[in-house]
Amino acid sequence: MRKLLLGDEAIAQGAIDAGLSGVYAYPGTPSTEITEYIQGYCAATGAKLHNHWCTNEKTAMEAALGMSFAGKRALVCMKHVGMNVAADPFVNSSITGVNGGIVVLVADDPLMYSSQDEQDTRFYGKFAMLPILEPSTQQEAYDMMSYAYNMSESLKLPVLMRTVTRLAHSRAVIEMQPQREQNSLNPVNGTRDWVLLPAIARRRYAGLIERQPEIRKLAEESPFNMFKAPAKRFQIGAVACGNTYNYLSECYPDGIPFPVLKLSQYPVPQGTVRTMAEQCDSIMIIEDGQPFVEEQLAGILPTECRIIGRLTGELPRQGELNPDIIRVALGLDILPHADVAQHVANRPPSLCQGCGHRSVYEAINLVLKDYKDAKVFGDIGCYTLGALPPYQALDSTVDMGASITMAKGAADAGVFPAVAIIGDSTFTHSGMTGLLDAVNENAPITVIISDNLTTAMTGGQDSAGTNKFEAICRGLGVDSEHLKVVVPLPQNMEEITRTLREEIEYKGLSVIIPRRECIQTLTRKAKQKAKNQGNEN
Amino acid sequence: MKTDIVLAGVGGQGILSIATVIGQAAFKEGLYIKQAEVHGMSQRGGYVQATLRISDKPIASDLISLGQADVIIGMEPMEALRNREMLSENGWIITSSNPLVNIKDYPELEDIYRELRESKNVILIDTNMIGSENKMVKAVNMILLGAASRALSCVSFENICDSVKTIFASKGEAVIDMNIRALEIGRNCK
Repeated sequence: MRKLLLGDEAIAQGAIDAGLSGVYAYPGTPSTEITEYIQGYCAATGAKLHNHWCTNEKTAMEAALGMSFAGKRALVCMKHVGMNVAADPFVNSSITGVNGGIVVLVADDPLMYSSQDEQDTRFYGKFAMLPILEPSTQQEAYDMMSYAYNMSESLKLPVLMRTVTRLAHSRAVIEMQPQREQNSLNPVNGTRDWVLLPAIARRRYAGLIERQPEIRKLAEESPFNMFKAPAKRFQIGAVACGNTYNYLSECYPDGIPFPVLKLSQYPVPQGTVRTMAEQCDSIMIIEDGQPFVEEQLAGILPTECRIIGRLTGELPRQGELNPDIIRVALGLDILPHADVAQHVANRPPSLCQGCGHRSVYEAINLVLKDYKDAKVFGDIGCYTLGALPPYQALDSTVDMGASITMAKGAADAGVFPAVAIIGDSTFTHSGMTGLLDAVNENAPITVIISDNLTTAMTGGQDSAGTNKFEAICRGLGVDSEHLKVVVPLPQNMEEITRTLREEIEYKGLSVIIPRRECIQTLTRKAKQKAKNQGNEN
Repeated sequence: MKTDIVLAGVGGQGILSIATVIGQAAFKEGLYIKQAEVHGMSQRGGYVQATLRISDKPIASDLISLGQADVIIGMEPMEALRNREMLSENGWIITSSNPLVNIKDYPELEDIYRELRESKNVILIDTNMIGSENKMVKAVNMILLGAASRALSCVSFENICDSVKTIFASKGEAVIDMNIRALEIGRNCK
């Protein structure tokens, strides 16, 4: 059977067809559509597999580890920065190993289309000493899921799969395979391998090291790595990682005229690269993300073969690659094209008309113009757009949850007023623990939890704390006297600004929750309701 | 046979719907497809671009190279113009003439039109006017697709209409009819 699918959807369908029992994820561009596809699949077919969103990537990774412990196949999905949150259980999962197969799917975002950094997840795979897969096409992404689960269960280790925005958010036709049954319940029994006390962990780590030659051999012989080399001497060869192989192929419609290794399974197959180095004066390393392969090869090759790429300047040090960049790097001509147009202005994204965050920023700006030393610490979500005109209201945005903790640190140092603004989903993801720090010292900061009842930026997924925020804050110890709820509408501006002013003046911790549903999810629900009523009539 | 298409507009204008309809039509014709989209942050009132490559032979890159696009379909004239480097020498720009002004420094419209017309083959369509004359303001993207369909030799108009029926199936007959009518009006507009 054939389907036209996004790269993300191909991954989801591949996991389902590989006998998946549960997906565990927190939304994050460009990985969100994997879990959404599985949710849609379950709703349409009644298939029984776990697909509820998790509170953050760490809880997702741990739950997947639990499902694996019980003998079943689990998928963990996140964007690249989510891996920083999941890193503790991820790295330790290479020490526990797996029972049912685990695939950890991480979507990197070269050029930061929707992210704060360009970190390359392959480093995490190497760090944890696990096999890494990097699909070059949507079909390969689909095919790799079944391969990855089988490899995970035969190695008894999780498998890391890295994809990038371009593949995640591009559609192609996929040829599907018959679906495999889910594993039956078969929990780990009669062993303490998963109890990572130092003595046990030492033994398990030795086992992980012992299996490295086997993991390297799998990469050396991988069906997804392809080495084409006519037997003669060349000035240049190339290693093309994941989807960059497509860009390289695009530059040579009649076939690539020099040795090339298409690299989609790691560790880097050193044997293949050595063979190539004997044939070529230099090897260009083409990789989206950071110079992961380039750095490694610079150390393992005979010195007469030059390794070139992002580090040596032939390719740009940062940003997403494309066929034109590779053409230039290889000394080929770019096709004739028009100049850049003159009459084109930048059009940055902005908060929707009618969005509740707008009233929140308006209130912040109205009140803080009377406090010239005020600093506002932002967070990750739609409301990060409050940093842009017309509001320009933010002094920082760093990572999920950093608004509260940075405001506290700044207040500790003497900043007044220190205001934190964080969204509802980001607050439950990583803000609650920071709020407890602030409670414990009654830090003189004002925390605004701008609650729109959804995870809006990624398209309106369920938010873990909806209807629970007052209870969570009180439970953490926030004083009820300084826990206020307002409705962020223009007509309530007087009340909102008065509340904000009072709480800033209070020399202790305050939490203000402006609450109004996201205009996008509200519109979607209204349409759905109208349609349902139409169907009833 | 290969057709490389760039779709450009502002978040919320229905660029991804156009891409989905053409992609589905190409799927029905059994062609190879690569359709790259941008999701996430830029959707919020910002510049949105999608690319669509259709061919009877396997396609390597998800991205289109400079000077290679056969067609630029624009829901907004400045956004169509932004992509003109992508256009091949004999390629077509088919764009709505209606500006969406949500920024302070939006250029003079006449300058945009003039620069657009520097390309060899340009069609500007007042989709808003056609939309309101025909009471289909919610289907202006399909009016534009109808007009652009004349430059899309790789997929038949019949298959474009069929994929609208498939994609909008859950939205009811009335929505499907309006979108099909919009496609036809666009295809026949001068």
